[in-house]
Amino acid sequence: MTALAVKGLNKSFGGLRVTANVDLAVEPGERRLIIGPNGAGKTTLFNLITGEIAPDSGTIALFGRNITRVACRRRAHLGLARTYQIITLFPRDTIERNVTLALLGRAPVRWSPVADLERRHDLLQQARAALARVGLEHIADRPLAQTSYGERRRVEVAMALAQEPKVLLLDEPFAGLSIDERRDVQKLLREIPRSVTIVMIEHNMDVALDLADRITLLHFGEVIVEGTRAEVVADPRTREVYLGA
Amino acid sequence: MKGVAPRSAAIGIALALLLALPFWLGHHTYYINISSQILFWAIAALALNVLVGYAGLVSLGHAALLAMAGYTAALMLQAGYGHGVGSLAAVAVTLAASAAFAVLALRSTGIGFLMITLALGQIVWGVAYRWASLTNGDNGVNLNGRPAPFGISLASPEAFYYTTLLCFLVALVSMWVFVRSPFGVSLAGTRDQPRRMTALGFNVWLIRFLAFVLSGFWSGIAGLLYVYYHQFIAPPVASLQASAEILLMVISGGTATLLGPIAGAAIVVIMKNVVSAYVERWNLVLGVIFILIISFMPEGLVPGSVRLSRTGWNWLRARFGGGAVASPRERTS
Repeated sequence: MTALAVKGLNKSFGGLRVTANVDLAVEPGERRLIIGPNGAGKTTLFNLITGEIAPDSGTIALFGRNITRVACRRRAHLGLARTYQIITLFPRDTIERNVTLALLGRAPVRWSPVADLERRHDLLQQARAALARVGLEHIADRPLAQTSYGERRRVEVAMALAQEPKVLLLDEPFAGLSIDERRDVQKLLREIPRSVTIVMIEHNMDVALDLADRITLLHFGEVIVEGTRAEVVADPRTREVYLGA
Repeated sequence: MKGVAPRSAAIGIALALLLALPFWLGHHTYYINISSQILFWAIAALALNVLVGYAGLVSLGHAALLAMAGYTAALMLQAGYGHGVGSLAAVAVTLAASAAFAVLALRSTGIGFLMITLALGQIVWGVAYRWASLTNGDNGVNLNGRPAPFGISLASPEAFYYTTLLCFLVALVSMWVFVRSPFGVSLAGTRDQPRRMTALGFNVWLIRFLAFVLSGFWSGIAGLLYVYYHQFIAPPVASLQASAEILLMVISGGTATLLGPIAGAAIVVIMKNVVSAYVERWNLVLGVIFILIISFMPEGLVPGSVRLSRTGWNWLRARFGGGAVASPRERTS
């Protein structure tokens, strides 16, 4: 069964067609890379898949279940998690509290107005475990305001991983990172087990190509090329649209 | 853990001072009454702080919720019902009104939310002022004395003070528990990153709605105490000025803190009652105080004082201590 199946998806903002008849079929465990120039509609596609915006037409299915009309928050409960290109974290809290919020999103205890969150050792342990996966366990207590950009990128990934998603959408996880940081994130993404399906938007081809099984090239909201790494890189349309030949 | 012992000691001293207040104020009726007023306005400010501080939703209609509780109780008593029924009805009406306010106002956030709550508050004020057959209009509604729950009469200033103190302490403890709870933390999350919260699986609208109703509940309790304290209620309590005053208590004391709204309530009530006895233009004094607070402690009096005292402490250490400077790690809440 296909992990994520998008069929005939359309979205226009006014007269601008940002998603044009997009089809996408990602198999379980696959690593799919989505590339395309600025304004190709990559992040919009993510927003449609997670339900942050509604499509004009088309369907989205998660493991065979049609989720086109399912609310954004419910999609998280069905195993869909994402990171943001523009870092979207909780600036007043510690790193650990950020990850704890991600855990709460899927825990019924989030409705309790009387439980003491600091005594929920089960949640705190899971948060520490998620931070250990991204190598930030040693600074879990640090306020987010005192962390570096690279660390915040990793907090983004830790929050998504903490939710134990079936399908993980990564929106430019390497954006703005130094070479060393990129290598760290690359390693951490490679360690994610194949039980998690990953769809990744990335501009940084040298780190991203290495992770991808298949690549989809978007241009003006349309899928131009799709195939294996070698096929897409070799395709003349890729060179024309993206690699700027 | 360092810091816990002085904290417990401070709480113990504050509690002792509050419990012994009628004694160290020499059973001076006037000052005991002022203290009661500070406490029930503090409950109102704590209630509003749930929205302003923790949900990031600024309401300018909260006095209307407080007034609705007061009016409901007063009108029920006037119609011949007992204090118990009247109080329960007051809380029920306030909860229902809060839910209705929330459904309407939560169509928006930010300035839109503020304007809708302002409009709803004005409607309530208008009803209190103009629907004279129900509310007795400008003349207000009088009460025939305070209740005597469990046979204890609340007629004396001391008895009323202790009742208000009890309500205040319950409100404060419940807020303290609330802000540490998963729900309280989630609420703060919807303030800082609503979009992310939705993507993480939270029902942002429902969280805000429940916070509004919780805020309405404590506003209702404050309204009941208000009407029993004054034994009279009239339209000005529902006015925009009253809503703005509660908001000023929260902002001047420090939003998203537990002590801030209490300090803010104390400042406003003392200015209105005590300073106005000496200075005719007490509003001017209040205005100057607010400007000073906003200029030097934009985060509010309580967090601002903590920050300034820490800076002062460091300065003293650097100047006279000679050694390495380490700020005492205090927690504000």
